[in-house]
Amino acid sequence: MVLVFAEHQNGQFKKAAFEAVTYGYKTAQLMGTDCAAIVLGEAEEAGILGAYGASKVYHVADQSLNKLDSQVYTTVLAEAISQLGATVCIMTHTSTGKSILGRLSARLSAGSAAGVKELPTVSDGFKVKKDVFSGKAIATVSITSDIKLVSLMGNSLQPEKVGDAVETASLEVAIPESKVKVLSVDRVEGTTPLPEAELVVSGGRGMKGPENWGVLEDLADALGATTACSRPVADTGWRPHHEHVGQTGIAIRPNLYIAMGISGAIQHLAGVNNSKTIVVINKDPEAPFFKAADYGVVADLFEVVPKLTEAVKKFKAE
Amino acid sequence: MKLLVCISKTPETTTKIALNEDGTAFKTEGVQYIMNPYDEWYALVRALELKEAVGGSVTAVNVGSAGNDTIIRKALAIGADDAVRINAEPHSSLYIAKQIAEFAKSENFDIIFFGKEAIDYNGSEVGAMVAEFLDMPFISYANKLEVEGNTAKVAREIEGGVEVAEVQTPFALSAAKGLAEQRIPNMRGIMMAKRKPLKVVEAVDFEDQAKAVAYELPPPKSAVKLIDPDNMEELVRLLHEEAKVI
Ligand SMILES: Cc1cc2nc3c(=O)[nH]c(=O)nc-3n(C[C@H](O)[C@H](O)[C@H](O)COP(=O)(O)OP(=O)(O)OC[C@H]3O[C@@H](n4cnc5c(N)ncnc54)[C@H](O)[C@@H]3O)c2cc1C
Ligand SMILES: Nc1ncnc2c1ncn2[C@@H]1O[C@H](COP(=O)(O)O)[C@@H](O)[C@H]1O
Repeated sequence: MVLVFAEHQNGQFKKAAFEAVTYGYKTAQLMGTDCAAIVLGEAEEAGILGAYGASKVYHVADQSLNKLDSQVYTTVLAEAISQLGATVCIMTHTSTGKSILGRLSARLSAGSAAGVKELPTVSDGFKVKKDVFSGKAIATVSITSDIKLVSLMGNSLQPEKVGDAVETASLEVAIPESKVKVLSVDRVEGTTPLPEAELVVSGGRGMKGPENWGVLEDLADALGATTACSRPVADTGWRPHHEHVGQTGIAIRPNLYIAMGISGAIQHLAGVNNSKTIVVINKDPEAPFFKAADYGVVADLFEVVPKLTEAVKKFKAE
Repeated sequence: MKLLVCISKTPETTTKIALNEDGTAFKTEGVQYIMNPYDEWYALVRALELKEAVGGSVTAVNVGSAGNDTIIRKALAIGADDAVRINAEPHSSLYIAKQIAEFAKSENFDIIFFGKEAIDYNGSEVGAMVAEFLDMPFISYANKLEVEGNTAKVAREIEGGVEVAEVQTPFALSAAKGLAEQRIPNMRGIMMAKRKPLKVVEAVDFEDQAKAVAYELPPPKSAVKLIDPDNMEELVRLLHEEAKVI
């Protein structure tokens, strides 16, 4: 059986959870077996995962699981995997998934592949592909243990509805005491966090100063996009650190990445070159970013971006 | 406090990646290696700051072959007290983690530091694995750490926000940007590093459960389509009709 650990936030399932179930369902089909999902902590609508292909949804609804402790989660998941006889366990490649995948691997002596983007092949052993060297190469990882663990990179495949919600089933597992006390969780309200954003507008040193960000924000607002920036911009305090994308910031893979006033250094590309479509706006036709772009505009950003914003507004109004 | 920092070696970030003919390995000629930035800039420096504040020692550990010694010496030059290299050619995260755990289990470290990920395989796995082998809590993506006695308060990055947690030593954490400020080794540090102990220990047997068996390069990107700056309607049209992203 393929077991998908579906994450939620305060009981709400995000797109990433549906992607993981879709991935699990398709993997199970390849292997000629069933897909089930498991949900930890209180969540009302866990049965919805059935619609994406989980034939059973197990719910350990204990409120002590509402906050993540990788050690506790690992114990519970390891027990579930053994009770249910799962041979593949899938999770999302998020901050939660990353802190559990490795632990489970050590606990179960199970091989793992972190951050995969495609379905496995199963005809000649279990093999999955993942990016290495920040997307400069792709590795095929062969997992040979009885239990296989995979974390799925966000926005790698579209969630697909294949049926209806199902009833959830409870699972009897002992929950150990947590050694980590979560004191607070603060999330930026309103905008979609960068790792989940489908549309991103990003600015670099070419923006000249923090006072100029209005041009960029107007475009982001018109598109409904999340804002990001290059490293020097975050380092000099023009923008908050959580907006910094690239090798030392966060890696994102939105559907659309619009970069303005960013030269396209390799370390910047490392965090964004997996975006489906890249638009680069730069006044220097020699900027290296154009080599990685799908669409380019060679122009002064302060002149052209307001025009782009107007064009987007006009398009949205139609 | 007894602190351990796990350091890894990665190709320098601007390295061009080329494959051998049958795609089973990377060409290593001309590749320059550096200490993984997260390990060097954040994990190591925060460990040193802690030691400077409360006393104790900082040990650097690496799983790798003799070629890694230059990188390990750099950790000593920045300020680690001693270093250990576990002599092995690492081929999987679980293998590396097993080696570190075997070494650390009898040493009673209070905090074990990792980088948030090694920038070559981008796995973000080793820290969690070691923590599990040693049965200790693991806080990933830490960008703030304060310690008082045996209690640590750690802030960690989560999607679109921060979580603050409290945990007792011993525990492990992985370091993200913000945990500390990069330190550049000075001449004195470099001289002193030559005299600091770098112990080499042999690896324990451990079978890999997952292994990269082949590599390929991503398909080349097609040439950029340049759009007339006076015709942004055209760009919007292409994004809608051709790229289908808006
Ligand atoms: C180990 C390491 C890790 C790193 N990690 C990261 C990372 O994670 N993320 C990151 O971003 N960088 C990272 N860097 C830094 C990276 O190498 C570059 O220095 C950085 O990305 C450059 O930022 P930028 O493009 O904003 O600035 P610049 O390189 O200064 O580029 C500014 C661009 O703006 C253009 N411009 C100027 N004025 C205008 C205008 N009016 N209209 C249009 N265009 C204009 C210029 O032509 C230029 O191309 C890292 C570096 C190292 C060594
Ligand atoms: N060969 C190694 N030797 C020592 N520590 C390592 C090694 N490989 C990885 N690490 C540590 O584990 C962290 C995460 O690496 P990874 O799981 O490969 O992304 C790194 O930042 C290092 O702190």
